[in-house]
Amino acid sequence: MADKELDQGKRRFLVAATSVAGGIAGAATAVPFVASMLPSERARAAGAPVEADIGNLAPGEMTRVEWRGKPVWIVRRTPQMLESVKQDDGKVADPKSERKPDELTPSYARNEFRSIKPEYLVVVGICTHLGCSPVDKFKAQPEPFDAGWNGGFYCPCHGSLFDLAGRVYKNKPAPDNLAVPPHSYLSESRIVIGVDQKGA
Amino acid sequence: MAAAEKQPVAVTWAGPLNGVMSGALTWVDQRFPLMSLWRDHLAEYYAPKNFNFWYYFGSLAMFVLVLQIVTGIFLTMHYKPDAAQAFASVEYIMRDVPGGWLIRYLHSTGASFFFIVVYLHMFRGLMYGSYRKPRELVWIVGMAIYLCLMAEAFFGYLLPWGQMSYWGAQVIINLFDAIPWVGPTLAIWIRGDYVVADATLNRFFAFHVIAIPLLLVGLVAAHIMALHEVGSNNPDGVEIKKVKDPRTGHPVDGIPFHPYYTVKDTLGVVVFLIVFCAVLFFMPEFGGYFLEYNNFIPADPLKTPAHIAPVWYFTPFYSILRAVTEDFMIVLSAGVALYVLLIWFTVKDIRVRIAAAGAGLISIVFMIAPTVNGVSIALDPKVWGVALMGVGTLIYFLLPWLDRSPVKSIRYKGPIAKVALTLFVISFVVLGYLGTLSVTEGRTLLAQIFTIVYFAFFLLMPWYTRMDRTRPEPQRVTG
Repeated sequence: MADKELDQGKRRFLVAATSVAGGIAGAATAVPFVASMLPSERARAAGAPVEADIGNLAPGEMTRVEWRGKPVWIVRRTPQMLESVKQDDGKVADPKSERKPDELTPSYARNEFRSIKPEYLVVVGICTHLGCSPVDKFKAQPEPFDAGWNGGFYCPCHGSLFDLAGRVYKNKPAPDNLAVPPHSYLSESRIVIGVDQKGA
Repeated sequence: MAAAEKQPVAVTWAGPLNGVMSGALTWVDQRFPLMSLWRDHLAEYYAPKNFNFWYYFGSLAMFVLVLQIVTGIFLTMHYKPDAAQAFASVEYIMRDVPGGWLIRYLHSTGASFFFIVVYLHMFRGLMYGSYRKPRELVWIVGMAIYLCLMAEAFFGYLLPWGQMSYWGAQVIINLFDAIPWVGPTLAIWIRGDYVVADATLNRFFAFHVIAIPLLLVGLVAAHIMALHEVGSNNPDGVEIKKVKDPRTGHPVDGIPFHPYYTVKDTLGVVVFLIVFCAVLFFMPEFGGYFLEYNNFIPADPLKTPAHIAPVWYFTPFYSILRAVTEDFMIVLSAGVALYVLLIWFTVKDIRVRIAAAGAGLISIVFMIAPTVNGVSIALDPKVWGVALMGVGTLIYFLLPWLDRSPVKSIRYKGPIAKVALTLFVISFVVLGYLGTLSVTEGRTLLAQIFTIVYFAFFLLMPWYTRMDRTRPEPQRVTG
């Protein structure tokens, strides 16, 4: 064997072919491991709709319900609060909910108040910046973050501001309005979150 | 070398047991490179004789690593990585496990001290040019260790499942969400759920107790192997290997690591432990900086705490993230434009000029492209904030090639380099402090100014280190 001349070309080819085949097999083996980190079937199934009773909600009050592990806020807005939403048109970045409408605002909520009924605001209480849950600051009064504050939500993490229709203020870290989840009315006093309003 | 051919080991330090020890060590050495490892890394590793205070922190980092691993093992015996039980199991360790409070506080205080020691160790490298040729790989492996350490700390911080754990992880994972196109899927993949949940906690536990520590230990070994290959730098930044004793072949300015530096480092550990124990026993929460008050409230996915901030060692980068607002994009793109002009008019190589101009132009387009018909290809300031934070942590890797000074050590560098390093340290500290506070307009402006200083230190380095008035390095170390 040793006295025979080595065929270097053949050796190079075999080394390359083995490396490529081994590399592909290695990469393919990684697939199930990577896939195992995706949400499990149980986590996927947990996204069922939830119902909320809004019969006891007084004007100017907010209630929170959990949907898919996220807080969903339901605010019963007073006429003054609705008036403040109109005043905020110039302060907010996307007053007509035109950005990413399919993700953030279902067609039946694509209006000035971002709701089916102007009185009730239903939004996912997760800041579109980095996922904190903003704090409600409903009172219209001068605040450290805005001297002409009309009421809305303040994100403690990075200072994003949202008005009483969940619309993000201009020049804040959050790029988008708060998401309006799919929701519909079962009756005058019951809302279901996770099911789209029909015929709207 | 076949086993029998290797020289027997002659032990002289065991008194009446000299014969037995010689036999035992000879038996081992003929089957395992025991004596050569001992010689290469301790007894005959020649380190410069002029190491000063700043050279304690490498061995201290190793000491804290061991402390974290040992305390960590004992914590896993009682901790439950389950969203329903995690918080209670940590309280159980604190109240019911014998000595559990001590082990837990050793681990949590150790985490913060790890970063203190590593930041001082890195600052030493910055001062004395320890990243310069031929130590580029020592520096790069060291930076990889630093990144692993950040990952380790981040994964570990979720485990107590308090409010800060939960919302801190929520914010950091959502950073990945900002990456264009693949971001949302990536964030879900990292969490294993649509929100931070039990699946997230369980996998963070796996990363924290096995994946990252394995990587960390391997990288530390590589760091030391690379260091011992090229030899240690010193406060003068001159190579001790240049002047060797012709009889022994050892550097004239070098002394064996053992016993000289093993003894010195032992003293360092003693002093370190005095400070460490003072914090451990008298203020383990360190006024909310080491253990944040909100983390004593169980995680509540429906309610973000009124003020959230990462632990202190992440806050400089967190400040950079928060500094990028819509208004700042104009400043940022102006900065990119100026930098491209600087390269264009000072670099001779036309390929570098064209590459810089191209990259700069593309960045500017993605920063401030105007909106046409309601659509703009400009990326959100949030994306740029994440990008800037990423660059802010990774830019250290380039340091060996950014520094063009003819000398290594700050001792012989000129006034510009000294001012630049001082400004950099100030910006790091100020950004770190701002990152612990809530945002106001004034603080955002301050963070923006210091973000610019932070990046200028690195990006302008090739120019200011070359034009600086340096002093000649001595031939030998000055002691």
